[in-house]
Amino acid sequence: MKRSVGSKSRESHGFWYANRFLILRRFSQFSILALFLLGPLFGLWIMRGNLSSSRILDTVPLTDPFVFTQIVLSGHVPEINAIIGVVLVVFFYMLVGGRVFCSWVCPVNMITDLAGWLRRKYSINTTSKLDSGFRRVLLVTVLLLPLVTGYVVWELVNPVSLMHRGIIFGMGYGWLMLLALFLFDLFIVRRGWCGHVCPMGAFYAQLGRKRALVIDAYQRDQCDDCADCYLVCPEPQVLNQPLKSKSDSTIVSSIDCTNCGRCIDVCEPKVFRFSRDPDTGQA
Amino acid sequence: MAIQLRKRTRRQFIYSMARAGCVAGLSGSLLASYAKQSSSLAASSLRPPGALPEPDFLGACSRCGLCVQACPYDTLKLASWLDEAPNGTPYFEARDVPCEMCDHIPCVEACPTGALDPALDDIDDARMGVAVIVDRESCLNLQGMRCDVCYRVCPLIDEAITLEMRPNPRQEHHALFEPVVNPDVCTGCGKCEHGCIPEDPAIKVLPVAQARGKIHDHFQLYYESDQAKEAESAGSGVES
Repeated sequence: MKRSVGSKSRESHGFWYANRFLILRRFSQFSILALFLLGPLFGLWIMRGNLSSSRILDTVPLTDPFVFTQIVLSGHVPEINAIIGVVLVVFFYMLVGGRVFCSWVCPVNMITDLAGWLRRKYSINTTSKLDSGFRRVLLVTVLLLPLVTGYVVWELVNPVSLMHRGIIFGMGYGWLMLLALFLFDLFIVRRGWCGHVCPMGAFYAQLGRKRALVIDAYQRDQCDDCADCYLVCPEPQVLNQPLKSKSDSTIVSSIDCTNCGRCIDVCEPKVFRFSRDPDTGQA
Repeated sequence: MAIQLRKRTRRQFIYSMARAGCVAGLSGSLLASYAKQSSSLAASSLRPPGALPEPDFLGACSRCGLCVQACPYDTLKLASWLDEAPNGTPYFEARDVPCEMCDHIPCVEACPTGALDPALDDIDDARMGVAVIVDRESCLNLQGMRCDVCYRVCPLIDEAITLEMRPNPRQEHHALFEPVVNPDVCTGCGKCEHGCIPEDPAIKVLPVAQARGKIHDHFQLYYESDQAKEAESAGSGVES
């Protein structure tokens, strides 16, 4: 029988170790949704709004920098609350770095992870070729559109904000788009949405260029070439440089890395760890 | 980018640039046409008080729903995919739940971006839409009955809606009381549409752009002209 991805790690280190960061990420994603849902469902207003803009305890504003950028480019000067909100969020993601939003916050991650898992489980290997740089072209397009039209165009179709908004305010026919996205990832392009299309992810990748939290292949000499990390990684191309190149740095330096930590989970010889310093690779 | 800084021939570079341009152009024009198409608001959906004019609103709204959650009457809804309003934007349908016109306007207060204009400090100045008698045949007052519901429920009774007494053309000796909307005062709260008795309302609140006409700027209305004012003052002078 075919060995499942991460089984070696699970056998050697136990279920918790082999799924630590996956479980923590799900916990993070669900907690954030729960915080937003406590208000509408139980009248406990810790968070108001949604990921596009919100307020913590009716005082601290937060604004998504991607939406904010589109608003500014459409020619609107936002009020002070949106500006304070965006400064706070940008500060946070620049501090943490990388696409932490994508793997620890974004609700669509659960859909695309499910599609990825089903692909592995049922060996669905069909994939159409789509340049992973497509998202950056799309990002530029999406940022140009408000300039030309005066509308925040991408938010009409953005499945990320649609999903989060839908869970809190009512999904309507939004599930149609999420189903389409799921099927796209399942049968058409492997890791299609998050890894190739989503301009929001491409935006957060740019925002997290300076990264305080990185994946470090610090024991790459222990690597037994089982390829589990490649199979489980949502952006497998980022692993080439620290694992397979002869460069001195063992850091995953690509801005596409989402800091999901799944490679740490599944690696039996414990090649990877999270590291706080992108230069020296100190833990 | 599709263009990475690898060693490439000039031909490959031009090719990948052209390809990226085509992809951007294709996706951009599709998105832009979808945006253009969905930028007009359905007649039944109204924006919250203080909303900027529709094109500006679609550039300013972050689709966060803070206004929706601030609304104490659950009037406001946040549109989802294929709803009456563009995806993610707040709207209400007056026939379902009209705006109760809160004094402190909590929805405007909650808006982080200013898509709902914070300059709106008196709810009576809101222009969410304009009430229009869309069907005289189904208006009970115009059938000679004393329904009066739209007039009675109007928060600006006798200002936004007045009852004008007219002879009833169907009978020789009865009057009818026609509800008349003053579009310069109507806030578009939708209480009239909500309360209207017939199965389908005879009075509806429409978005301002759909409800109102406009006379050309170069038109000079006689009663507003200097000539008319002179004649009026001259006339009153003669009388006194």
